[in-house]
Amino acid sequence: PTASHSAANRPSYGSLWPLPQKVQMSTVVFKLSGASFQIVDAKESSSGASCSLLQNAYRRYFEYIFPSARKQGHVKKKTPASAVSELQVWITSADTECDGFPNVTSDESYACFSVVKDLFIMLGFLDDCYHCLICLLPGLETFSQLVYEGEYGAKSINRTEISDFPRFAHRGVLLDTSRHFLPIKVILANLEAMAWNKFNVFHWHIVDDPSFPYLSRTFPQLTFHPYTHVYTPSDVKMIIEFARLRGIRVVPEFDTPGHTQSWGKGQKDLLTPCYSGASPSGSFGPVNPILNTTYEFMSMFFKEVSTVFPDAYIHLGGDEVDFNCWKSNPDIQKFMEQQGFGTDYSKLESLYIQRILDIVSSTNKHYLIWQEVFDNGVKLKQDTVVNVWIGNKVEEELQKVTEAGFTTILSAPWYLDYISYGQDWQKYYLAEPLGFKGTDAQKKLVVGGEACLWGEYVDATNLTPRLWPRASAVAERLWSDKDVRDLNDAYSRLAQHRCRMVQRGIPAEPLFSGYCAYEYKGV
Amino acid sequence: MEVKTSSNSVRFDKQRCSFIVLIMFFSLPAVNAVWPMPQLISSSTDRYPLSPRQFIFQYASGSSAKSGCSVIDSAFKRYFPLIFVDYLKAGGPRQHDNWFRLPLNEGVFTVLVDVRKADCEGYPDPDSSESYKLSVSSGQASLRAKTVWGALRGLESFSQLVYQDDFGQYFVNKTEIDDFPRFKFRGLLLDTSRHYLPLPAILKTLDAMSYNKFNVFHWHIVDDPSFPYQSSTFPGLSSKGAFHPSTHVYSQTDVSRVISHARLRGIRVLPEFDSPGHTQSWGKGQPGLLTSCYKGSVPSGTFGPVNPAMSSSYQFISRLFKEVASVFPDPYIHLGGDEVDFTCWKSNPEVRGFMQKMGFGTDYTKLESYYMENIINLTKTLNKTSIVWQDVFDNHEKLCCSSLSVVEVWKGGCYLCEVRRVTKSGLRVILASPWYLDQPGPTHDWARYYTIWPLAFKGSEQQKSLVIGGEVCMWGEYVDATNLSPRLWPRASAAAERLWSDEKTTSSVTDAFPRLTDFRCRLLRRGIQAEPLFVGHCRHEYEGI
Repeated sequence: PTASHSAANRPSYGSLWPLPQKVQMSTVVFKLSGASFQIVDAKESSSGASCSLLQNAYRRYFEYIFPSARKQGHVKKKTPASAVSELQVWITSADTECDGFPNVTSDESYACFSVVKDLFIMLGFLDDCYHCLICLLPGLETFSQLVYEGEYGAKSINRTEISDFPRFAHRGVLLDTSRHFLPIKVILANLEAMAWNKFNVFHWHIVDDPSFPYLSRTFPQLTFHPYTHVYTPSDVKMIIEFARLRGIRVVPEFDTPGHTQSWGKGQKDLLTPCYSGASPSGSFGPVNPILNTTYEFMSMFFKEVSTVFPDAYIHLGGDEVDFNCWKSNPDIQKFMEQQGFGTDYSKLESLYIQRILDIVSSTNKHYLIWQEVFDNGVKLKQDTVVNVWIGNKVEEELQKVTEAGFTTILSAPWYLDYISYGQDWQKYYLAEPLGFKGTDAQKKLVVGGEACLWGEYVDATNLTPRLWPRASAVAERLWSDKDVRDLNDAYSRLAQHRCRMVQRGIPAEPLFSGYCAYEYKGV
Repeated sequence: MEVKTSSNSVRFDKQRCSFIVLIMFFSLPAVNAVWPMPQLISSSTDRYPLSPRQFIFQYASGSSAKSGCSVIDSAFKRYFPLIFVDYLKAGGPRQHDNWFRLPLNEGVFTVLVDVRKADCEGYPDPDSSESYKLSVSSGQASLRAKTVWGALRGLESFSQLVYQDDFGQYFVNKTEIDDFPRFKFRGLLLDTSRHYLPLPAILKTLDAMSYNKFNVFHWHIVDDPSFPYQSSTFPGLSSKGAFHPSTHVYSQTDVSRVISHARLRGIRVLPEFDSPGHTQSWGKGQPGLLTSCYKGSVPSGTFGPVNPAMSSSYQFISRLFKEVASVFPDPYIHLGGDEVDFTCWKSNPEVRGFMQKMGFGTDYTKLESYYMENIINLTKTLNKTSIVWQDVFDNHEKLCCSSLSVVEVWKGGCYLCEVRRVTKSGLRVILASPWYLDQPGPTHDWARYYTIWPLAFKGSEQQKSLVIGGEVCMWGEYVDATNLSPRLWPRASAAAERLWSDEKTTSSVTDAFPRLTDFRCRLLRRGIQAEPLFVGHCRHEYEGI
């Protein structure tokens, strides 16, 4: 804790999470009245009432700041001096795409943000900011975090100047809806919490071995539980729109050729039949890479996926391919021979992946893949993003991947499905993505990271408290300056941030003994 | 049985291949659906359809408990929607629903309850019988029990025998159960000091406890971080020692609500007021109670355990316990006595003087002993039996046995060695060591709580009979209302079966897995936020966030 954290301004400064790049806070305090305060478009703003993304966000944040205002009604009253009456939102960019989607280059800087007497001004700042609407959202979140309950319960805010931008562009959370089905409500609630933590990518690990809940228009037979445990096209659309309004990209993952047992149930001949000696054993392995029908299926399938999900990226998986089944299958053995692959099955994997990459490229999408695909020497296009997840030799891997010139996203230190006793958030907090040896150019290739909550032991009953506030630790690592790593300071801010999440209705678990003024009521 | 379709989830996991067979077996009509496993259960594939419109609970004609018996009447009301889970959702009995008043026809299914001793307004106590006999046949189930508490256990078992087929039709199979608990004391500890647990969280836990046949709620109500118990004798304790004097406290009304909610479910409420250590929060509202720690010859401003050298300390405890003894009807009080740090006592000149006066030399365990004996005796005069954590026994093995009666073993390591030592001294034991559920394993750890054998120590039959039970502990450092339920359930269910059922029929993790998977889906269906054991799904997932 430095001097700026202490005394009068502590309540507000003390709960900012993730910490902005630059904060200057004075001890001058203004009050906000729920009866008169409003969030409005500045006169000069290039965007206004017609922009639903903006208006939605105003309403959402007004309710966060004044949770009980709706009950009391909102009457415009004269604002006394020493009170802040308005938050004016000034979008400077000429090109405001209210209906656009956040994308990988969305600029989230919101530099100017200052409280002056009687007025609170915030604006999208950069002249070349094409996505000021998106940059506005983290700004509104920060504003809401500055408001605190002063003595006698009055909503208060200190005179403050903030300029802020994220350290990494890709700040993701992975949820796994295959090992356990997650009801829509749970996904939406966690998207909301992601926005509070300035996460901007929902990595949707939507299908895997245990189940295929994505209801495909082209191949509806892939899902087997038609009503209760599936995501219909309209569910998916709702999730994408909900995320968009919060500046969050939805990156779907359709992992192949391994992790596809559930695909095989609805799509005959897609998976490799495994052999026991000379006869099929009845079990199946990875996708069968030697059949033309496989690629015909994948072409049609990914064509659909590319239209359903607007994001420029699709995650293609490619991890943990077990070669045993391929090895057992005589047709595949023959194919290996014809191709001159010898017994090197990673060459077969390579062949498969390259064809999939070509298929996906033809839909005008970019792709992410898990690190094995790179490790196995598959020839990748230069715009491929490599997702590093294997827990040991992380730095070596980052070094190698970036040396080869690939953009990379780091997940390895943040497997939140592993739990242990005590304050493991500290471990996630201190993980440094750029700690590896490499040139500046190499480090620039690390565009972000992801907190992964795999689903073996997680469903709607325990997902939310397991994710928050542990993922918040990751959020600050990915947003704030690299030198922000003081555990005591982080503890104090994070404890308040978690209470704020609880008050906003998310069951974020405690860091340690203590209490929140408003405890979780959702039992 | 909800578990059937989860064969999908385990199917591809090679290690679990053997489960496929089991799951298919268990997805046949609910042969072993009851959790914890009854002592004796036999059932056939004969099944009877049940309809919520043709189903009633009744007192048997010879039953001592009759209509008006609060425990049983309210259990009837509670179990109806637990048995017919879709019934209330589907629009249930509305006032203008005429069918509800239609005369019951011949197809009615009657659950006849016969209770020998009608202790309807009493509280369950350490000697209460919980045994029952349940016989399900065509058109009727007959439930016989010595006490209302036994009848509650039987109703729970009956409710678990009922299942729905794929069309939502309810069934129960022809079944005979003869059941009783292996251990008398089957407890669950919640810690409301390190985090405040709102009343609904406690009440919901009591509900889930009754589904698991737990019968003691060990309420670790106060500790260092906060003192949420609102004492009528010493209101300052919570007004100064709680996290917040009005929102983070348990008023007398709250406490009596917990006790009565528990009573109706056959659960005892065992309060713990832990001293002389773990009392930092007491000191805020009771100046002079705690030992002032010294740095050299001056007070450092910090405080240690209760000051055992002052007679005022005992007067205070005496008055507080007098209140506690009247508020909590249970014949036991937990006195704590764990983890007393002697550093502060050693630093305090008054305490040192007292040591000299008492002839304790420099052996501070003697001082601790002196304190504990005093408050144990004081508890005795209130006609209550005291339970203490094992530290008290360990530190005073020689002088112990005149005053100690029940020792709770909590330390890790060779806990059975400790159980052996304590029972050898003729004292009763409650085992907690293997069931510290606040410490999450890597993940898949329910089996760790299941494969515990509380009597696997060398000792006489007499010694073994002194092990009166065990309890699961959910300490609160990292737990509050946000994560309590999924962290408790279904892991505590593993311990519940160990404490209720016969070890011989429940020793296999492989057999238990599909049953527990099914039971956790049942808990979910009843609104308990129980986490999954592994990959899979329940027909009805948890609807909250």
